[in-house]
Amino acid sequence: MAYRFSVLFVLMCIALLISCSDTTKPTSATKPLVLVEKKVATAPAKSQDADELVVYSGRKESLVGPIIKQFIGATGIDVKVKYGKTGELAATILEEGHKSPADLFFAQDPGGLGAVVNADMFQVLPYSIIGKVPTWAISGNSLWVGISGRVRVVVYNTKNVDPSEISATLEGFTDPKWKNRIGWAPTNGSFQAMVTAMRVKWGKEKTEEWLKGIQSNEPIVYPNNTLIVAAAGAGEIDVGFVNHYYLYRFLASEGDEFGARNHYLTGDGPGSLVLLAGAGILKTAKNKVNAEKFLSFMLSKFAQQYFAEQIFEYPVVEGIEISRLLVLKKLLNLKLTEEVTKFEIDMSDLAETQALLRDLGLIN
Amino acid sequence: MNLFSANKNSYRMPPFPFVFATLFVALIMLIPLFYLLLRMIHLSVEDLLVLISPRAFQTLSRSLMLMISVTTLSSIIAIPLAWITARTDLPYRKIWTILIMLPLVIPSYVGAYLFLSVFGPTGLFQKVLESLFEIQRLPDIRGLFGATLVLSLLSYPYLFITVRGAISGLDVSMEESSRILGHNRFWTFMKVTLPQLRFPFVSGALLVSLYTLSDFGAVSIFNYNTFSWTIYQQYNSLIDRSISALFSIIFVLLAFLIVLIEFKARGYQKYYRTGSGVSRKPKLIPLGFWKFPVYGFLFCVIGLALLLPISMLGIWLLKGMYFGDSVTFSWVPIFNSIFVSVLSASLIVFFSFATAIILVRYSVTGNRLFESISYLGFVLPGIVVAISVVYFAANYAGIFYQTTALLILAYVILFFPVALGAIRSVLLQINPRFEDAAHGMSHNYYSVLMRINIPLMKPGLIMAFAMVFLLVMKELPVTLILGPLGFKTLATEVWSFSSEAFFASAAIPALMIILICSLPMLMIIIWDKRIGD
Repeated sequence: MAYRFSVLFVLMCIALLISCSDTTKPTSATKPLVLVEKKVATAPAKSQDADELVVYSGRKESLVGPIIKQFIGATGIDVKVKYGKTGELAATILEEGHKSPADLFFAQDPGGLGAVVNADMFQVLPYSIIGKVPTWAISGNSLWVGISGRVRVVVYNTKNVDPSEISATLEGFTDPKWKNRIGWAPTNGSFQAMVTAMRVKWGKEKTEEWLKGIQSNEPIVYPNNTLIVAAAGAGEIDVGFVNHYYLYRFLASEGDEFGARNHYLTGDGPGSLVLLAGAGILKTAKNKVNAEKFLSFMLSKFAQQYFAEQIFEYPVVEGIEISRLLVLKKLLNLKLTEEVTKFEIDMSDLAETQALLRDLGLIN
Repeated sequence: MNLFSANKNSYRMPPFPFVFATLFVALIMLIPLFYLLLRMIHLSVEDLLVLISPRAFQTLSRSLMLMISVTTLSSIIAIPLAWITARTDLPYRKIWTILIMLPLVIPSYVGAYLFLSVFGPTGLFQKVLESLFEIQRLPDIRGLFGATLVLSLLSYPYLFITVRGAISGLDVSMEESSRILGHNRFWTFMKVTLPQLRFPFVSGALLVSLYTLSDFGAVSIFNYNTFSWTIYQQYNSLIDRSISALFSIIFVLLAFLIVLIEFKARGYQKYYRTGSGVSRKPKLIPLGFWKFPVYGFLFCVIGLALLLPISMLGIWLLKGMYFGDSVTFSWVPIFNSIFVSVLSASLIVFFSFATAIILVRYSVTGNRLFESISYLGFVLPGIVVAISVVYFAANYAGIFYQTTALLILAYVILFFPVALGAIRSVLLQINPRFEDAAHGMSHNYYSVLMRINIPLMKPGLIMAFAMVFLLVMKELPVTLILGPLGFKTLATEVWSFSSEAFFASAAIPALMIILICSLPMLMIIIWDKRIGD
């Protein structure tokens, strides 16, 4: 009988050992686990350099998965991606330190990139990459490059709000007429980026006043943008501060009768901030050349067209045709070429913003 | 080996693999704790002051309030259901039992989101009321009320499972003696039945409390700022990992406190039959007229906790397909989910079987300390466990980093206490004299395990397997961070799609989770002879 247990124990150990090896060398026993990569490997290899590339992506697979597949198809490089939340992936990279398996960090927002910059873990990007984009899409020391942009907008319920009654700037929302009608997400990274922009542009005092003004209008608090857009569509709130592209997801899954639309604030205030999703190459990258190829590809006309047409984000490279859904190409040009839209989040700036929000009891 | 003062079983030493397994579990359980202490070294005295700030106090009391209310509401839901499905002649009890257990598999952020989209101020329910009675807006259920409701509906199965197992394993002759002595049914229930349920109730309640404390999905959607939500915010706000560690340590202390309370509440009684005679199965109590309120209750609970999420997911899917949204489906996450769930459930059941034997049958020095440590992983927010394992594995065990093996190891840290609780409670119901007798008939140690312990403990083993399977199936933060590169499970797919509002594509893996998880439930029902129909 003793041997039955030993067999069980040994079997379990073997199972564990087998599962150990599945990332390093795919063995026959773990074939199904690496199905995805197998498919990848059969893609036509046009490039000589068919090494691999490890990407940590804070952008979800639902957004960037298809374009990464295109990259694999075009170059034959075996790209392995770890998808996760931008903040948690940044924390992971910091904990991994110089042992990090990641070559490239593709982040949803400048905050996540800032944390890695702060830890001095990104390498300077070559001109062949940063030369592709206008200066506003490059971080201060050329440590990361913007790949697509999201615009801060006001989402409004079409039944309860006429767009003409929405003020042109953020300041208007402290008006008591918006009492109990606003939705916001103080814990959200994009929102905190907007408040940081406010502090830079308006100064701390005015920003605090604005936040207090909104607070006195008793807004409903949401954990993220998706829920704000959903609430605006259902009429739970009349207006909400979000990024522009969530609306298009709802229009795709709920049809045109979805009850909310975007309102673009005019002028160059923080209400029309463009937030960059960007990427940088780690100092410890083992596949530096492939990582550079990846960035070049993401900044190519083809990939930029994908961001604009398929996931409704703003391209950072000039001369890309914008999806009709994104409206107002004129407005877009006005925004993106102006120096005011360039926005980088410094970690100390973000810390101050969070301290301010904490003092007002908006975050913990 | 003075580690084992063998006063319970002086003539046999614990088998080596079991000792090894127990020590191994104890060791890996300490990983998060070591990591947190390591991070705290960088803290200044000023930072420590955060702990005594009124805000920290408020957050803590909010967490505790939620914990108490969820545990109370779950008990109100779970105990009657456990009794009804174990002791009455309710038709189709097996099916009801599965349905009652299934809400456990719904991830809290999905459950909370779906619940709010129905019962929110302008949710689906309001739309129906508007067409009927022109009601424009419902009161907002965000906050303590909504969070309690949703978390109770998702976590009552922990209590249901433990209490139901105990009720069906009860020796009915005690109750009969009480009735013969002239006590009525109610008095007998209060004085004889309930005290015997104390241990399973307390261990179920402990799971519910710890689950509630560490949840961040439902509380974030219901805007109820708890300690774990604060920790998640801090890890995502990228500023200072030392402060997050500080908050997590508070969490650890809290967990110890709760586990201590549990020890006190648990008591030291024996739970097996000591005299002569054989324990008997009770007669089923006919429901009679009570059938109708019972059905009402069942429909309410299952309707809210299971039918509502399933039908909302169905609506997502159909709506998306109708409007031509892209709907993607892939087999890989299904395979991965089942693979890691089965492997980790088997491993965790093995570990907790070994540990239960050692803890219950041998009096081990530091027995209770070990038990409190084993709850660490379950109470700490998943992100903390994940980051701590990242730190150790990436820096000191590079070969294992980002392998399935490491992921499974992290699952052991997270879910070990769940299995231990289920397995230990069945072991406690076995009179050690059975084992002694088998030894007396010169069976060796493993032979005794195979002939006595495993057959008698089967319900608990299966239950533990099923619960861990479910928990691994829906686990998100640890899977995201520690999974091998390119590793996808159903839970990560649900998250990836739903957080970017690809609702139709998110509905498929969510429904798959529920479908796949009902299989081990089915296994419980088929193999557990105590659930007769």
